[in-house]
Amino acid sequence: MVRQQDKERRFDFLNVGILIFFAVVTLYPLYFVVIASISSPIDVNSGKVILFPVNLTFDGYREIFQYEPLWKGYINTVLYTALGTVINLVVTITSGYALSRQDLPWRRFLTFLFIFTLFFQGGLIPRYLVVKDLGLMNNLGAMIWPNALNVFYLMMCVTFFRTSIPQELHESARMDGCGTFRYFTRIVLPLSQALVAIMALYYGIFHWNSFFDAYMFLTDKDKYPIQVVLRDLIISNQSMSMDIDPMAADERQRLADLIKYGAIIFSSLPVLIVYPFLQRYFVKGAMIGAVKG
Amino acid sequence: MTVDRRTPRKNRFDADKFQLLLLIFPGLLMLVLFQYWPMWGAQIAFRDFVPSKGFWDSTWVGLKHFEQFFNSYYFEITIRNTVLLSLYQLVAGFPLPIIMALMLNYVMRSGAKKTLQTIFFAPNFISVTVVASMMFIMLSPSSGVVNHLIKSVGGQPVFFLAEPDWFYHIFTLSTIWQYTGVNTIIFMGVLAGVDPGLHESAMLDGAGKMRRMFSIDLPALMPVAIVLLILSFGRIMSIGFERAFLLQTPLNLSASEVIPTYLYKAGILGTGALPRYSFASAIGLFQGVINLGLVMVVNTVSKRISGQSLY
Repeated sequence: MVRQQDKERRFDFLNVGILIFFAVVTLYPLYFVVIASISSPIDVNSGKVILFPVNLTFDGYREIFQYEPLWKGYINTVLYTALGTVINLVVTITSGYALSRQDLPWRRFLTFLFIFTLFFQGGLIPRYLVVKDLGLMNNLGAMIWPNALNVFYLMMCVTFFRTSIPQELHESARMDGCGTFRYFTRIVLPLSQALVAIMALYYGIFHWNSFFDAYMFLTDKDKYPIQVVLRDLIISNQSMSMDIDPMAADERQRLADLIKYGAIIFSSLPVLIVYPFLQRYFVKGAMIGAVKG
Repeated sequence: MTVDRRTPRKNRFDADKFQLLLLIFPGLLMLVLFQYWPMWGAQIAFRDFVPSKGFWDSTWVGLKHFEQFFNSYYFEITIRNTVLLSLYQLVAGFPLPIIMALMLNYVMRSGAKKTLQTIFFAPNFISVTVVASMMFIMLSPSSGVVNHLIKSVGGQPVFFLAEPDWFYHIFTLSTIWQYTGVNTIIFMGVLAGVDPGLHESAMLDGAGKMRRMFSIDLPALMPVAIVLLILSFGRIMSIGFERAFLLQTPLNLSASEVIPTYLYKAGILGTGALPRYSFASAIGLFQGVINLGLVMVVNTVSKRISGQSLY
C-alpha cells in the first residue's frame, strides 16, 4: 500500500515537473523580451542578458514615445480592430441566426453556399483584384470589408443558436405575434451574450494581429497597422540592412536595437492582458468550433 | 399587438421569412463580394488577364499558365517545401497536445491547472509577426541568445535564418511553440467527459495514475485524435503563409519558398517585371483544386474508418 502511494507521488512529481518545464519553455521567449526591453542594448547584444535585466534603462521606452510610426500604427490598429470587429459582429451574428432557423427559405442551398467557401476559394490574386476593383486599395475599407465575414465563425454561431436557444421559446413567441426581428433583438440576442463575447474575442484578436492584408492592400505608411510597422522595424532591418547610405543604416539599426523589445511588448500587451479574463469564452468558442455545424 | 393577432396566419409567416432573408442579407452580400466574385475571377488562370478588359473579356489561352508553372524551376521547389513543411509539422506537432492534455488532466488542484493552461495559451494570442520577430532576434548570428549559448560552449555561431537547412526546423518549432497549448483544448474537453466511474472502479482494482492514463484516458482520446489526424492530411498542401513569408530571407529561399509565397511574388509584387496576374492565379487555382480533392479524399477515409466526417 505504501509503495503504491509512493508510486503515485512520484507520478505527480514527474507530471508537474514536466508541465512546469513546458511552462518555462513557453514563457521564456516572452520573459526574455521583457528583460531585454529594460536592459542596455549593448548588454543585450553581447549576450549578458539571459535571466535578469542588466544595466537597467528605460531609454527604449522613452524612445518609443517619440517614434511616430509606432504610435500611428497603434492608433490605426485600434481603429481597424474596433470598427472591424463591430462590423464582423453585425454581419456574422445576423446571418448565423438566420441560417440556424429551420424555416429560412432555401436554407439548405444557402448553407451550402456558405460552407462551400470553407473548402474552395478563388485564390489570392482574384481576391486582390476584386478589392482593387471595389476601390478599396489603400483605404480603411480594405481593413474591414474583405474580412467582414469569417465563415468558420459563422458556423460557430449557427451551432450556438441551434444548441443554446430552445426551439419552444421561438414557438411561444410566435404564438404571441412576435415577428422575427423583434424575437431576434429582444429574446435571442440577450440570451446570446456568451456568443457575442466569443465572437468579439475571436474577431478582435484576428484584427489586432493581422498583418498580411494590410501589407498587401495598404501603400500609405501612415495607414499601416502596428504589425506592419513592427515587421519593418525588426525583420526588414535584420534581413536586409543594405541601405544606400551606411550612416543612415547604422542609425536605423541603433534605433531598432533600442526599441524593438519594447515595441514587441507594446504591441502584444493589450491582447496578453485581456485574454486571461476571457479565457473561458475562448475555450467555449473552441469547443463550439469542434462540434460540426 | 392586437393588430398582429388579427393578421392572417399565412401573411405573418411570409413576413417572418422575409425578415429572415433580410437578416442573412449582409452576410450573403459579403460572401458574394469576397468569395464568389473572386471565384468567378479565378477564370483568369485560363486567360491572359488585362486589367482594363476585366475577368471575362481577356483573351482565352487555355492551360498555358498552368503549363508554364509545371515547367518552371519553382514548381518542384515550392511543392516540395509546402508538402515537407506540412508533414514535418504534422509528425512533430501532432502528438504534443495529446500528451500535454493527458498530463494536465492529472493536475488535481484546479487553480494550478488553470494557471498552467493560461500560460500554455499565451503564445496563441501573439501575432505571427511578433513570433517571427522574436525568432530573428533570438537567432541572430551576432547578438542572439542562441548563438551566445553556442559560443559559450565553444561552438561556431550559426546564421540560422540564412541557412536553408535550418528553415524547416525554425518554421516548425515556432508553430509548435505557438499552437500546442491551444490545441489541447479539444482533448481536454474529451477528457472532461470521461466517465468518472471508470476511474473509480479502476482505482478499486488498484490501478495507479500512470495505468489509468494509458488504459482509460488515452483510449478515450483516440477516436477524436484519429479523426483530427486524418483530416489534417487534407491540409497538407496549405501552409501558414504569413509565417513562411515572414521567416523568409533571400538566403534561405530554397527551403522557404512555398506555393503561396511564390504566388504572391509572381502575382502581386511582380518578379522583375509586371505582376503576372494570370500566371499567379493559375498557381492559386492549382493549389485550391488539389486542396479540395485532398479534403474530399480524406473525408471519405475518415467516414469509413471512424464514421465521422466534415460534412
